Amino acid sequence: MAHEATHDHHDHHGAPSGFFQRWVMSTNHKDIGTLYLIFSLTMFFIGGAFAMVIRAELFKPGMQLVQPYFFNEMTTMHALVMIFGAIMPSFVGLANWMIPLMVGAPDMALPRMNNLSFWIMPFAFILLLSTLFMPGGGPAGGWTMYPPLSLQGESIAYTIFAIHLMGISSIMGAINIIATILNMRAPGMDLLKMPVFVWSWLITAFLLIAVMPVLAGAVTMLLTDKYFHTNFFNAAGGGDPVLFQHIFWFFGHPEVYIMILPAFGIISEIIPTFARKPIFGYRAMVFAIASIAFLSFIVWAHHMFAVGLPMGAEIFFMYATMLIAVPTGVKVFNWVSTMWGGSMTFETPMLFSIAFVILFTIGGFSGLMLALAPADFQYHDTYFVVAHFHYVLVTGAAFSIMAAAYYWLPKWSGHMYSETWGKIHFWSSVISVNVLFFPQHFLGLAGMPRRIPDYNVAFANFNMISSIGGFWFGASQLIFLGVVIHCVFFSKKKAADRSWEGAKGLEWTVPSPAPFHTFDVPPVIHDDELAHGNTEH
Amino acid sequence: MTSGGIGRSVSTWAAGAAALLGGTAAWANPVPNQLNMTKGVSEWSPYAMHMVALWVCVVIGVVVFGAMFIAMFRFRKSRGAVAEKWSHSTKLEIVWTVVPVIILIFLAHLATGGLTTFADTTGSEMTIKVTGYQWKWRYDYVDYKGKGVNQVGFMSKLEETSDRTRQLRSNLDPEKIQVDGYPTYLLDVDKPLVVPVGVKIRFIIVGGDVIHSWWVPALGWKMDAIPGIANSAWTKIKEPGVYRGQCAELCGQDHGFMPIVVKAVPRAEFEQWLASQEDAAKVEKAAQTAQAAPAPAPQG
Repeated sequence: MAHEATHDHHDHHGAPSGFFQRWVMSTNHKDIGTLYLIFSLTMFFIGGAFAMVIRAELFKPGMQLVQPYFFNEMTTMHALVMIFGAIMPSFVGLANWMIPLMVGAPDMALPRMNNLSFWIMPFAFILLLSTLFMPGGGPAGGWTMYPPLSLQGESIAYTIFAIHLMGISSIMGAINIIATILNMRAPGMDLLKMPVFVWSWLITAFLLIAVMPVLAGAVTMLLTDKYFHTNFFNAAGGGDPVLFQHIFWFFGHPEVYIMILPAFGIISEIIPTFARKPIFGYRAMVFAIASIAFLSFIVWAHHMFAVGLPMGAEIFFMYATMLIAVPTGVKVFNWVSTMWGGSMTFETPMLFSIAFVILFTIGGFSGLMLALAPADFQYHDTYFVVAHFHYVLVTGAAFSIMAAAYYWLPKWSGHMYSETWGKIHFWSSVISVNVLFFPQHFLGLAGMPRRIPDYNVAFANFNMISSIGGFWFGASQLIFLGVVIHCVFFSKKKAADRSWEGAKGLEWTVPSPAPFHTFDVPPVIHDDELAHGNTEH
Repeated sequence: MTSGGIGRSVSTWAAGAAALLGGTAAWANPVPNQLNMTKGVSEWSPYAMHMVALWVCVVIGVVVFGAMFIAMFRFRKSRGAVAEKWSHSTKLEIVWTVVPVIILIFLAHLATGGLTTFADTTGSEMTIKVTGYQWKWRYDYVDYKGKGVNQVGFMSKLEETSDRTRQLRSNLDPEKIQVDGYPTYLLDVDKPLVVPVGVKIRFIIVGGDVIHSWWVPALGWKMDAIPGIANSAWTKIKEPGVYRGQCAELCGQDHGFMPIVVKAVPRAEFEQWLASQEDAAKVEKAAQTAQAAPAPAPQG
């Protein structure tokens, strides 16, 4: 398992040989990155299993499989597990693996904290998932935990403690990423020569530090309302249930961008590689990410158009939300322009990236429609919203993570994955995910509320189609698991150091698989070798 | 329902599509295979706003995805494409920043107009208080034409057949629950809210325990029912009919089972109904006072 450093002349240690020593006590950014990725893949399948229960119950009208309360536990847990267990940790895993390699650093700036921030996560999720086996069941008030409903649940203390742990983990991860990027870049790796992925994570890390404490505060207020007789959100005691929603979404909206900005970064690395052409408008791309991050702090109440806000507030939040379309549009136009005039090939990472651009944009369109407050009075809390956020989170964030996995697997494992099976996985996923989520737009517009376990027969056909797409999409992800396992353990095809013909950037200058220690001596930077080194704009 | 649902209803596709393409015969309640939002039956409707936004998105989508597919076809390595070196164009970047801004200003203008009329509950001739409970609605008639309504209020909850059918593994067929040929499974109540057409009605919406949301798609909006907050909204229904909706904010285990039915009737018929309800309330109250003579029971 241990890869001796082969690229320099120092005599120094490789990976520890004991399993416990190597994985549990690890301070190595690559091993911790691997742990994060394995953890998030596990959570992806657990959260996916919950989604299968949801789609199975919604397969046809009438209650066939589960009690309504358990259905609510499933929707709540599906969201919490997918957001905090699958999407966020996988981006942190990618950051761990790739940021030091991309900026020419020997490791993360704070390796021991890195270990701690990972090893908190399994405990947080054991706590959260254990509630499903307790009398009274798991949280069933939705992942948004709106009081007073969430306070009726008996497992709220477990949920809150789990969220505190996840928050601590995220904040430590974010601190580590900022410290690494700002302090450990190789000489010559100027901020405006960094890969867009690194930029996107730098900005995301600041968002995390800004909003995770806000979430912690909100859930702590829930905890004291439930057990210590405070009345923050209790109208009968002079509190205000809407206050929670303001605090929650002040966290929640930046959180949405925490889950998409690193995806923008990944796509901005992959498209230039397979178009064999530098990214179009590098500086505009970085500036667009920063603008989106800023705007994310002033749009939170667009999640609350139906709570009866004063008209002035509705107008402000509507305008601010619509503004986000501008930098997001710039990003999409720039990706298309990067392809224009290129010399494109369509390996699996590129396929996922192209699907990302198209399907994320569809999610962006429904987002623009949702931003229009009068129309939102209809869309709000319907399947139209469900379709919207699954387009941006599944075909957006999750597709970008799969693209990244295919793109960097050769660097991580030293082997090429099976291109045939990668493409089968892609086509199976991209077709089924649209069968799954596109009909949900129609359901929402026709009047089906979200978070209901049963529905009128008028909604039957599209629900059945959606469920079929859901089972198919779920099954397709087993192909992904197979491709990854095959690539890591069984693939005979050695990966070159520069695994892709058009790949640029420091990560492709080290051997494949990347040795246990890289860049002990800062690399000499040649601008031409950087992904965006000679981009003047 | 059997698994033949998709095959059986090919004909209803046609109905849904016809409705989508916009005959005047708008459908107010969900129909099978419905693709689009209802135009609604109220004076205020977000339908036009929705369609404008939808078409704006479709046009932008066609342009952007069209360019992408042309690029993917023309600039393939397998077709011998050689990568160009350029990576910047100030002119283009200004164009695709400014053009979206102009489109957004246009949309914002429309939406602001819609919001302004929505927020204006003045000039209403009638007030109804809606209270959300786990898991039923309460309706109280507060005033009508400037006169207080005396003691007209009632609970409205899921009707019994739906309630039996929706029990886990009841083996009862949801398709069988129909009113006038319309499938009303989970969309019918024991006692509907009766309102007059052609009258601007102000709703005061509150939550009794947790947050609910009162939503009838045909009226064009939903409004959260929150404990401790009195929200208001209005409607002016144009045509008589029965309009169905559901609770739209997760409110616990039976969130999916607290429908809303609004029965809009001509003004004269409504006035008659209201008078009969007031009389009934009087009779009931008299009976109760007689029964509990020493200490009259408080009326809720």
